[in-house]
Amino acid sequence: MSLDRRSFLGLGAAALAGVAITPGLRLIELVQARSPEEAASALRRWGLLIDTARCTDCEVCVTACHTENGITGHGRPATDAQWIRKVTLSDKRTGHAQTLPLMCQHCEHPPCVDVCPTGASFKRADGIVLVDKHTCIGCRYCVMACPYGARSFIHETVTGQKPDVPRGKGTVESCTLCVHRIDRDGQPACVEACTTDGGKAMVFGDLNDGAGELHQRLRREPAIQLRADLALNTGVRYQGL
Amino acid sequence: MATRHYSEIDGRSSGFFALLALLAIMVAGGFGGAWYMEHNGHYVTGMSNRIVWGVPHVFAVFLIVAASGALNVASIASVFGRELYKPLARLSGVLSITLLAGGLAVLVLDLGRPERLIVAMTHYNFKSIFAWNIFLYTGFFAIVAAYLWVMLERRMNAYSKPLGLLAFLWRLILTTGTGSIFGFLVARESYDSALYAPLFIIMSFAFGLAIFILVLMAACGGARRPLGDAIVARLTTLLGQFVAVVMYFVLVYHLTNLYFTGRHDFERFILVDGGVYTALFWLGQVLIGGILPLALLFHPVWSRSRRAVAAASICVIVGGLAQIYVIIIGGQAYPLAIFPGKEVASRIFDGVIATYAPTLPEVALGVSGIALALVLTAVALKVLPLLPRSLADRDVAAVPPGNA
Amino acid sequence: MPSGASGATVILLILAGLAAIAAVPHARGAPPVIRIEKPGQCVEPAALMRRDHMKLILHQRDQTMLRGIRTSKHSLKNCIDCHASPKTNSVLGKEGFCESCHAYAAVQMDCFECHSPSPRAAARVEGAAR
Repeated sequence: MSLDRRSFLGLGAAALAGVAITPGLRLIELVQARSPEEAASALRRWGLLIDTARCTDCEVCVTACHTENGITGHGRPATDAQWIRKVTLSDKRTGHAQTLPLMCQHCEHPPCVDVCPTGASFKRADGIVLVDKHTCIGCRYCVMACPYGARSFIHETVTGQKPDVPRGKGTVESCTLCVHRIDRDGQPACVEACTTDGGKAMVFGDLNDGAGELHQRLRREPAIQLRADLALNTGVRYQGL
Repeated sequence: MATRHYSEIDGRSSGFFALLALLAIMVAGGFGGAWYMEHNGHYVTGMSNRIVWGVPHVFAVFLIVAASGALNVASIASVFGRELYKPLARLSGVLSITLLAGGLAVLVLDLGRPERLIVAMTHYNFKSIFAWNIFLYTGFFAIVAAYLWVMLERRMNAYSKPLGLLAFLWRLILTTGTGSIFGFLVARESYDSALYAPLFIIMSFAFGLAIFILVLMAACGGARRPLGDAIVARLTTLLGQFVAVVMYFVLVYHLTNLYFTGRHDFERFILVDGGVYTALFWLGQVLIGGILPLALLFHPVWSRSRRAVAAASICVIVGGLAQIYVIIIGGQAYPLAIFPGKEVASRIFDGVIATYAPTLPEVALGVSGIALALVLTAVALKVLPLLPRSLADRDVAAVPPGNA
Repeated sequence: MPSGASGATVILLILAGLAAIAAVPHARGAPPVIRIEKPGQCVEPAALMRRDHMKLILHQRDQTMLRGIRTSKHSLKNCIDCHASPKTNSVLGKEGFCESCHAYAAVQMDCFECHSPSPRAAARVEGAAR
């Protein structure tokens, strides 16, 4: 079929207009605040960007996380729960030192979800990896399977839980990306604390949102996934490593 | 025409009741330990967020692997038609069930939420090899129970070959699954290997047969039933062959790891400077679990002595426990390689070899798995006709083929 | 002792034991304390709640946990915000809304091993039904 020039230009303009508007259409849908009745949407994928160059020796992210989620220590670092931890790295050959926060990487292909026998460890539609404590039997296979050591097993009776963050003995847990805050259009507590009191090293956002800061920075600047060779497509990316 | 006579053991001697009492106390101790761990939370154990699977899992995995292998003798009889093994098939079947029950009891009691066993049996994520294992274990009980029934009920004896074949294939899949629990873990350098499936299969052959030999000798000795040299000699050679193949797989695993520069640090940890893990590997797994039994079982003179065969079986069991300890706990003690080329430190023991010191409740629970398996076997021997009246050479040779 | 007689003895002993347990007078459990401190209606009729509150809870938990749907009507936090005793700030305890009834009915609940039995801070401060 051959097109005359006018029809071709007309079609081309329509196509161009359509392509121009489509991201805007999605943007409008995403920009609208999420109502509680809405389910998590697969159109979004939540992620974090951590700029290790700006990460200092402070631990406000850890403190903020533990306060927000009601995680108390018992003076037993081997068994106490940790959802986020500061890790110091020092190059074996050169001695170059850096520090960064390490938490659940919210992989697209999480090994913890693959291995959970009951399906308690699952990935929500918007990419957040969670543990359904109602189904968790406490077998700890996911703790073995996590390549980042992000999961903790609760080793003692828990009291004084925050109403938004149920946690109990005998189940496994890890960073929820502050899902209770995200569902109210908020930010994870660690990101908020880092931005106000820390080195401003953490950015939170929707990896699928082309206009968002997270997506834009990942486009402009190089960033890596930890253990990228495992091809898990993590939601958390690091710069400066 | 001579038919084989099986009968229950008497089981009325004070020795027998003393044995039952001792095993029952060990089982109670284990259950008490499990209650203590569940009630207080696992912080009372030596397990931590770095080492989540400890001594209970070592015993549980050992028992589950041995359970699958204990069925070997029955399989050789039913599936491969070897006459000499036929009189041993019933005991082999029962032992495989009781060992599996012991192993699973320990595994379930160590769960963070053991009261959620129903959830585990009704919610399956079939991408998880662990879920497949739960499914395969429950199926194993059903199939071996049916297999035992067709062996015990003379009118159903004709079905022992097809059911035996089903049981044989089922346990191969099951043990492949058990090995793959570790082999599928991409996160850790110590696991993440296709070799785990065949390694566990051959380990099951060795451990299961070692336990079977000891139980057979004990049962025949205790019930005063003659046990001839023909059977013992066959089992002796078989055990020696299995131990040799286990050592072959271990050799291939380590040689391959040693070829990869990236795995050198891990190999150094296991083979040279891992402290307790290195000791358990060389002394426990290689020397006691490998070299010593091979010497005892293949030596022309020593292998004829019942004591030597029993000692070799005990060595295989001890070596097997050491091997599983190194696999499960050594594998977790070695840190995750998240940042290659960097030294890593954090408040929660990133980058360092994790420490683990087993506590009493854990050890009590683990040991109670063995005690449970043995007490169930003893009771089964008393209530079911499992043991032939005689396993003397003239009696095992005289029965025409076709009589189970 | 011949096995027939020993079997019969065991059965008789068991029956005697059961009879003894049944004969001993038991203290009746304390009746549940249903004190509705907050004004207004519950989100569902009381009769339905009495029978089916667990069904609603189970459905809601899957919706919230797995799909992220956080409608407040059947949300557990919403129930607790309203039903927690203002004195103890909890639905547990001897006169707690949830626990006193569950203790009377001898139905164990393990919700509060993980969930907080206390209302959210705002609800506590306002003291008003949502």
